[in-house]
Amino acid sequence: MTALELQETRPDLRYVRQLPAEQLLQKRKRLRRELSEGNHQELRIAVLGGVTTSEVVDLLEILLLASGFKASFFQSEYNKYYEDAVLEPEKIKDFRPDLVYVHTHCINLRRFPLAGCSGTEFYELLSSEFARFQSIWNSIQAATGCQVIQNNFEHPPFQVLGNLDAVTYGGRTRFTNELNLEFAKAANQNPKLLLQDLNALAARSGYAQWFDWRRWYSYKILTTPEASLAIAGSLAGMIGSMFGRAKKCLILDLDNTLWGGVIGDDGLDKIEIGKETPVAEAYTAFQSYCLLLRERGVLLAVCSKNDPEIARSGFTHPEMVLKLDHFSSFQANWKPKHENIEAIAKELNLGLESFVFVDDNPAERAIVAAQLPAVAVPDMGSDISLFPEIVQAGRYFEAVNLSKEDLERAQSYASNAQRAGLEAKFADYGEYLNSLQMHAEIEAFRPVYLERITQLINKTNQFNLTGRRYTYAEVEQLANDGSYIALYGKLADAFGDNGLVSVIIGRSEGRLLHLDLWIMSCRVLKRDMELAMLDVLAERARDAGVERIIGYYGRTAKNAMVSDHYRKLGFESCAEDGGSSVWSLATPSYSRKSEHIEVRTVVHG
Amino acid sequence: MDNALIIRDLEPIFADILDQSDLRLAPESSASNVEGWDSLAHINLIVAIEKRYRIKFALGELQDLKNLGEMVILIQRKTRS
Repeated sequence: MTALELQETRPDLRYVRQLPAEQLLQKRKRLRRELSEGNHQELRIAVLGGVTTSEVVDLLEILLLASGFKASFFQSEYNKYYEDAVLEPEKIKDFRPDLVYVHTHCINLRRFPLAGCSGTEFYELLSSEFARFQSIWNSIQAATGCQVIQNNFEHPPFQVLGNLDAVTYGGRTRFTNELNLEFAKAANQNPKLLLQDLNALAARSGYAQWFDWRRWYSYKILTTPEASLAIAGSLAGMIGSMFGRAKKCLILDLDNTLWGGVIGDDGLDKIEIGKETPVAEAYTAFQSYCLLLRERGVLLAVCSKNDPEIARSGFTHPEMVLKLDHFSSFQANWKPKHENIEAIAKELNLGLESFVFVDDNPAERAIVAAQLPAVAVPDMGSDISLFPEIVQAGRYFEAVNLSKEDLERAQSYASNAQRAGLEAKFADYGEYLNSLQMHAEIEAFRPVYLERITQLINKTNQFNLTGRRYTYAEVEQLANDGSYIALYGKLADAFGDNGLVSVIIGRSEGRLLHLDLWIMSCRVLKRDMELAMLDVLAERARDAGVERIIGYYGRTAKNAMVSDHYRKLGFESCAEDGGSSVWSLATPSYSRKSEHIEVRTVVHG
Repeated sequence: MDNALIIRDLEPIFADILDQSDLRLAPESSASNVEGWDSLAHINLIVAIEKRYRIKFALGELQDLKNLGEMVILIQRKTRS
C-alpha cells in the first residue's frame, strides 16, 4: 500500500487539526489506535514538568502520530522536573530520549522579587533563577547529549502592581519578561537548546482562556484543554521542523487570493490591489505576508487557472507587492490544479509533503486535498483579511533555526536609516519633512488608477478647490483627451505608502490652462505635496505651450481650508466675488517650489 | 431531560473516552465498577461533560459524588439553573 492510499483509510493530519481540544481528548484512544497503523518515525521524548503534563502529552502524541511520528514518552512525577534533571539524570539517560522537553510555568518560578526590591536584589534573583534552569539544561545535555526544548514563561496570573508590575524591580511581570529574555539569549547561543515561546501562546489564547484554576487545584493541570492543545500544537510543529517535516513552499492561487477580482474578466485596471479600498489593502497585506515568508526562506509558487500571459500581466500592476521574480515556479493554465502542483513539485525537485496550497475557492481546495493528501490545504474561508492568520496558524513553516541559505534570499532593507531618522530631533519643519524621505509619483492619468481617481474626486470635500464631481466615464474621457492636462499624485514616505492622494484636472484653451479641479487627501496635509503637484503641472503646461495657469476657488460648505491655496502658491488674484475667486500664474517664469519630495517619473508600459 | 435520558446521552461520551464501544451505564456506575474509569479518564470525562451540557462544575462540587446517578442529578441541577 502506498502512503497515498494509506492516508485515505485513516484519519489524517487535516482531520485531526480541525478537532477542538475536547473532541481530541474524547476520541483520543480510538484516534491513537487508528493513527498508529502504517509507517512512523519512532521518537522517544522525555517530559519534565512543573505541572501535570499528561494532557499535553496525550494531545502531543495524537498530533505527532498524525504527522508521521510514533512517540514514546517518559514523564517526570508532578513537579519533579528539577530533581529528575539535576539529581537523578540516570533515569532520563536510561530512557534514551531523542529529545527532552522541560515544561514549566510561571508558577514554578522559585522566588519573585518583593514589591520595593532594589535593582541589585532583582538581578541577583534573576541570575539565581536563570542559573537553576541552566543547571537543568546542562545536566540533561551531559547525561543524554540530546536536544532540549525549554518553554519560556507566561506572565504571572496577577498583576498586583497593576501596570507598574511590568515596570518596577518589584514587579513579577518585569521579572518574567527579563527572565524570558535571558532564556532567549541562552537558546540563541546554544544550538542544542530550543525555546518554545509559551508566553506568545498564552497571549494569543488570552490569559482568561489560559489558566484553569479548578483543574490546577484538582489535578495540578494548570491550563484549559484549549491551552494544552495550543502547547501541544506548537511542540508538534517544533518537533516536525527538527526532523525535517516543515513545509518549504507556499503555492498561491491568483484571482481572489493574491488580488481581488478575476483578471481575465475584469482586466488589469479593475483588480483590487493597493491601498485604495479596504479590500485592496487586505490583498496587499496578504502579499506582504507572503513576501515576509519568502524573505525567511519559504519558496513561493503560483498555481492558477488562467491564461498564462494574462496571469503574468497581473504582476505589472504598479501596486503589486509580489513580483514575478519572487516566484520559483509559475503554473498558469487550464489544467487541473493537482496536476499543476505535481508539475511544481517536479520543477522544484521537492516532495509533495513540502507544499502548502492556498486558494480562495473551496472546490479547488477539495480537489487538491483529495488528489494530493500529502499537500497541506488550509481552509481559507472567504475573508481575505484573515488569510495571513490562517496560514500562520497552520505552523507550516516552523523553523528551529534559520540556515544561512534561508536568509540569503532575504534582502536587507534600509531600515536602520529609517530608525535613525525617527530618533533624531528636528531643527525645523523642513528637516522633519526631509526625515520622512518622501517620494511622489506624479503623472498623467493612467488606466489602472481611473477608478481610484474617480473615487477620490467624489469623496474629497475639504482640500477641494472647486467641489466639482466627475463620473468614471468623464474621467476616462478626459484622460484620453489631448486638451486636458490631468495629473494624479501618489506619495510614499519612510512609514509606508499613502497611495494615490491628489488629483489636478487642467483644461487648456489656447495659451491658458483652466484648473477645473484640484483635490488632495487630508492624510497628506502639510507635506508640501501641493508644491510637488504644482511643479509637475507647471512644467507640463509650459511644455504644452500654456502661458498662464488659471486657478479657481469656489466656496463650498467644507472647503474653507483651501480659500488661500492659490495665494500661498504664488498665484496672482484676478477676481473675487463673494466666496469665489480666480487666480493666475505665469508659467515661463515659474521655478520649482518643492524641496522635500523626490518626484519620480514613471515609464509608461 | 430526565435522569435516564441523560445516562443514555452520556454513554457515547464514556464509550469514546474509555474506548469501549458497547459500554452501558447505570446510576450505580462509578470509577470502582467501570473498567478504565481512572483518574486520567475522569479528567477527560469532566471536560467532555462540561462541553456537552455547557456547564462548569465549581471547585469541590465533584469530590463527594459517589456514582454516576449523583453526577446526573448535579448535571440536572446545573442545566436547569
